[in-house]
Amino acid sequence: MTKDERSTGTVMGGVRKSLPLCLAVAAFGVSFGVLAESEGFGKLAPIVMSLTTFTGASQFAAISILGAGGGLGAAVLAAVLLAMRYLPIGISVAPELHGSAISRFAQSQLLLDESWAVANRGDGTIDRTTLVGAGLALYVSWQLGTLAGVFGGSLIGDPQALGLDAAFPALFLALLVPQLRNRRTRTAALIGAAVALSLIPFARPGVPVIAATVGCLAGWRSRGVDHSVESIP
Amino acid sequence: MSDVWRAVILVGVGAMVCKAAGPVVIGGRQLPERVQGLVGTLAPALLAALVATQVFGGDHELVLDARALGLAAAAVGIAARAPILMVVIAAAVVTALARAA
Repeated sequence: MTKDERSTGTVMGGVRKSLPLCLAVAAFGVSFGVLAESEGFGKLAPIVMSLTTFTGASQFAAISILGAGGGLGAAVLAAVLLAMRYLPIGISVAPELHGSAISRFAQSQLLLDESWAVANRGDGTIDRTTLVGAGLALYVSWQLGTLAGVFGGSLIGDPQALGLDAAFPALFLALLVPQLRNRRTRTAALIGAAVALSLIPFARPGVPVIAATVGCLAGWRSRGVDHSVESIP
Repeated sequence: MSDVWRAVILVGVGAMVCKAAGPVVIGGRQLPERVQGLVGTLAPALLAALVATQVFGGDHELVLDARALGLAAAAVGIAARAPILMVVIAAAVVTALARAA
């Protein structure tokens, strides 16, 4: 099957696929807004941060470290380390993102673990329209949640008491399992999980997930191997 | 300018650059043949790492808590071929119940 014949999703399809996550993302947006407001960051700064940063883990890290008096450098370092997983994720989606550099920049800002995961076709490629639809829905959810948290306080209770923090790994597992069809992907997943778990006690938050990308080396194909495979009649 | 606004700007720029670097530099072009193989295994490696850190990650320690039960519920749902929405809800409900217990 050539690239053009692959099934392509729609923007609305991406919105639908991300809906189960939108509630959880909005709830964490609320808790981010509440935390930022209660730490004395005012209303405007958390709202601007959600609009521009749009990655919850980095935002929580920055706000909680600053709030605890950890200093600007430590706050920014932790937040950027957490965001660095988007470097390999961005490279993996780059071939699918067309258009001008400004358009590609705009689309790339809709990257979130969740939008990337639901847009993944399972063969190493992503569906651009699904990514955009899911990314937009999650972006709006994150902003509405932040606004509600900043202005209304915790309207929906503690996301952790509602178990919503377990929704994200459940989604990732559901998207991971169908990909474990061959030895390469199983090896990659095992290495990824093992590296991440073994680094949690020692490394700063964010580092275990970045280091886990070494698991993708299981997909390395040397030219020699490929040629020998092709030469078999 | 306060540290709060410095953090908003620096973290915002950092996150934007991380997300945009690949798409802006490479955008629309095919990756080299060798790298394509790596991209196919990037998803399982990263997804497995996200599951591991979000379920067993604590403050510089590995922890076994209500989230593990939620993940187990998700695994049962996946094995039973339940829709993703049900899998996600099952994980949240089981985790919430375990915390309330």
